Amino acid sequence: MIDFITALTPAALIHHAPALVVTVPLILSAFTAIMPSSRAAWGLCLSAALFVGWMVILLFGQLATQDVIVYAMGGWDAPMGITYRVDALNLQILALVASIGLLCVIYGYATVKDEIAKDKRPLFYSAFLICFAGLLGVTITGDAFNVFVFVEISSLATYALIAMGAERDRRALTASYNYLVLGTIGATFFVIGVGFLYMATGTLNMADMAGILAETGHTRVTQAAFAFIVVGLGLKAAMFPLHVWLPNAYATSPSFVTAFLASTATKVAFYALIRFLYAVYTPDTGFVMLSFTWVFAVVGVVGMILASVQALFQSDPRRLLAYSSVAQVGYMMLGLGLGNALGLAAALMHLVNHAIMKGALFMALGAFGLKFGISKISDLNGLGRTMPASAAAFTVAGISLIGIPLTIGFTSKWYLIIAVLERGWWWAVAAVIMSSLLALAYITRMLAAIWMENPPEHHGETVPKTRAPAMVLVPMGLLAFANVYFFFNADFIVGMAQRAASAVMGGQ
Amino acid sequence: MTDFLVNISPAWPIIIAGLIAAIIPNSNLRKGLALGAPVLAAILWMSAEHGQHGIIMFGGFELTTFRFDGLSRIWGLVFIIATFLNGLFGLHEKDRVTDAAGLIYSGAALAAVFAGDLLSLFLFWELTAISSVFLIWAARNKAAYRAGLRYLAVHVLSGVLLLTGALIRASETGNWAFEHIGLDSPGGLLIFLAFGIKCAFPFMHNWLQDAYPKATVVGTVILSAFTTKMAVYALARGYAGEDSLIYIGAIMTAFPVFFAVVENDLRKVLSYSVNNQLGFMVVGIGVGTHLALNGVAAHAFADIIFKGLLFMSMGAVLHRVGTVKASELGGLFKSMPLTTIFCIIGAMTISAFPLFSAFVTKSMILAAVAQEHHWLVFGVLIFASAGVLEHSGIKIPYFAFFAHDSGKRVKEAPANMLIAMAIASVLCIFLGIYYVPLYNLLPFQDAVYEPYTFDHVVGQMQLLLGAIFAFAFLLKVGAYPSEKRSINLDTDWFYRRFGDGIVRWAWTMLGRLSASIDNVIARSKTRMGSRLHEVFSPIGSLSRDIPSGVLTIWTSALLAIVMLVAYLAP
Repeated sequence: MIDFITALTPAALIHHAPALVVTVPLILSAFTAIMPSSRAAWGLCLSAALFVGWMVILLFGQLATQDVIVYAMGGWDAPMGITYRVDALNLQILALVASIGLLCVIYGYATVKDEIAKDKRPLFYSAFLICFAGLLGVTITGDAFNVFVFVEISSLATYALIAMGAERDRRALTASYNYLVLGTIGATFFVIGVGFLYMATGTLNMADMAGILAETGHTRVTQAAFAFIVVGLGLKAAMFPLHVWLPNAYATSPSFVTAFLASTATKVAFYALIRFLYAVYTPDTGFVMLSFTWVFAVVGVVGMILASVQALFQSDPRRLLAYSSVAQVGYMMLGLGLGNALGLAAALMHLVNHAIMKGALFMALGAFGLKFGISKISDLNGLGRTMPASAAAFTVAGISLIGIPLTIGFTSKWYLIIAVLERGWWWAVAAVIMSSLLALAYITRMLAAIWMENPPEHHGETVPKTRAPAMVLVPMGLLAFANVYFFFNADFIVGMAQRAASAVMGGQ
Repeated sequence: MTDFLVNISPAWPIIIAGLIAAIIPNSNLRKGLALGAPVLAAILWMSAEHGQHGIIMFGGFELTTFRFDGLSRIWGLVFIIATFLNGLFGLHEKDRVTDAAGLIYSGAALAAVFAGDLLSLFLFWELTAISSVFLIWAARNKAAYRAGLRYLAVHVLSGVLLLTGALIRASETGNWAFEHIGLDSPGGLLIFLAFGIKCAFPFMHNWLQDAYPKATVVGTVILSAFTTKMAVYALARGYAGEDSLIYIGAIMTAFPVFFAVVENDLRKVLSYSVNNQLGFMVVGIGVGTHLALNGVAAHAFADIIFKGLLFMSMGAVLHRVGTVKASELGGLFKSMPLTTIFCIIGAMTISAFPLFSAFVTKSMILAAVAQEHHWLVFGVLIFASAGVLEHSGIKIPYFAFFAHDSGKRVKEAPANMLIAMAIASVLCIFLGIYYVPLYNLLPFQDAVYEPYTFDHVVGQMQLLLGAIFAFAFLLKVGAYPSEKRSINLDTDWFYRRFGDGIVRWAWTMLGRLSASIDNVIARSKTRMGSRLHEVFSPIGSLSRDIPSGVLTIWTSALLAIVMLVAYLAP
């Protein structure tokens, strides 16, 4: 399949695929903004997403024969020019962002029509493409400063996207503003860190930095850079307690944006964190190892419990799921904090799996929202009978979120627990199980409302059965199905995560 | 072609037949499956080769679904035979639930026996629990429903213990192999507990007497064959030679005797005798010599057949009379002569009369115990052997078919039940006389044993005649506990009354809790001191729209922490 597509593609495209992945959506976003009709804008958006998917498949094909693809922008080699660098670690993230982006664009056709005013739709799609390109850029670039640029590109677009939820919920404006302030602080911290690193090493290329740091050793400057980068990217990744921007943003933005951001934005920031921790710094450095144990593992465990409790108390399903996302970031932080290859693989696996399940959950909430206003858990009452297909997708993804066998949620928790056991951290196993039980409680609350309560009534009559449009059902169904499919064919995700972990850990 | 067949565990045809049976409404077709699947399984069993086969990738793990070796071979065969006999016994019954659940359960037990690693063992272990509970629920009354829930809870617990133990073990040893495990690690201990629950160790045994008598006529027969024997197999594989098992087993043989003698429900009496026979096997595993393990395998083989036969005969009585209460039966030999004969054959077998199968198998375990000089345990086993004769060998046939005539005149059991019982009876006698084929199947061919020696036969006859005399004497002087309507409280009181009470209380509380959860949230908004809500709720301090300035301070605080960590690092 991959070979077939590669064979059909002109050699120039294959060669420039790393650059085209980012530049094409970025350029098309300008054209999308001036499209006369929302349908044309959507079409352009879809073709950009399809093109990115195509390019990612080509990258898969190239990476099958080599360990790393290095692409020098404009022919300027590192350390002078900017290089794009694809290896097993970021290819996985690229594939995730590309496929979620594509599914979300398909899903968005109906929901954007429902939620965004007609004249703003081309601008909305344009902002989405910028955000999309920014996330892909953060993932693919091998240049530290370039990471900052793309973080800002995607963030600025995200602020706009969230604010567009204001038509439905005015609180979107404050949510967006809050995120803007915090996101800017995060990005600033990050760029300060990169600046320090530049000061210490004289280069911005990450691979180069790592080489120089390995030679010269660490100083107070690089340690300070480390702290700034960790906090800056941690804020973007919604690391507890820097997650405060996230629930409001997810709860008030348009369904399309929520589904997309929940499955990609924090994941990409988490990836960037891993890249810096493993590829620029090395985990066997004393202070990095210490921060694994005392920062990442601790905030991971505290975050997964507190955020889960908070989710339990929420009354708005979207906020509930948003807090649950914070808790899931906790699992990934714990996996990262273990500092071993198994833990990193478990974290990466959970990253992909969580994107799949949260994507399906938010899409299903959006599908409910198309027909009914959903702002309380009791608004979900009886939707199992009114909208069975969407409710079924929601249920499957919810079960996966709890981590019940036969779903991918189980797979990643399983690997995480094995990794934790390898370190012998029994308390962390207890915390993971505790948090899973809390997830059971908050998901059951919603599932009980969906399946056990009576359907909504209108003027004393039960609302008739209804169905979300096919364009909504298909991507949502695919993601829900993936929750089960990848349990039985776990090799794909597990193998990808393990290859990624061993790629960054090197021979360690 | 044969290469391909070698990889298919005999369990698959049975499990698949069960799945198909679940969806076809035609009873005749289902019965065809119930009889055909074991035949297919037997063919696969015969064409199997020693070694690890049927390796499949599942969820990123490598599962060995078909390990065929000396130990699993004999268990596999008897499970297949039992499946066939059960199918035959249930031929008259039109119940889709029992048909499907029975087949899936039998197949899962067979698959668990052939499982080559702990993960596949766990999967099939849980499948037996989940499928078998439907056999209990198929009785479709409230008592059975409750007993089924208790049964399910206990067995799921066993599965969870097994999985946890396996996980810990895998993290220690780095693989999932299901070989000798031993008790010297926490993982091994958990797995031991999981096996112990299924094997009905003392104080974990109550699910058995609780659930088995409440299942349907056919359901009890099916249940009696697999779960506990599967656990015996697992123990033999994982804990052979574990000394503590000798004493656990000795207690298991002895204590049910007292309960069984005073019990009125004859199917419950048989459930106690399941415990008692398991005890012999557990002792054998504890001894762990080749002779002892041979004895365990042979006795498990014989036990499945004769215990099945006894449950079948009581099932036939229940089917025709509608009760198996000793106090309401009696004199049935006139109307059910064939069933009487088969029941007596079963009773003589379980009592280990010479020329019956249990004689050639149980004596092997006793000999192994004697060889290792466990004289105290040997004494307990001798006492228990006499006890078996008392409660299963004499009490069952005597109170059901003879004793005082209850005046009940019913038809003889249906033909299919009679045929199933006849085959089982023939097997009991055949294996008692021509035991060589059975001995050739045993896992360790280096341990030679000769059952029919002068002292074995005479010793056993003395024991049996003494016990018969004691029964007759007690009956004559009126000292034998007469058959009374009563419920005997075993240690199961704890979970039936106390535990059940707690569970029900918790359930009610949970119901109230969930019903009023919105209430509570609403009330806690106004109530002072409800800290949790103040912190976590949507308007709580953790979720409030904190001014961005405060957040900046938070961010700086975290920065300070990370810097401190980096600064303090060596």
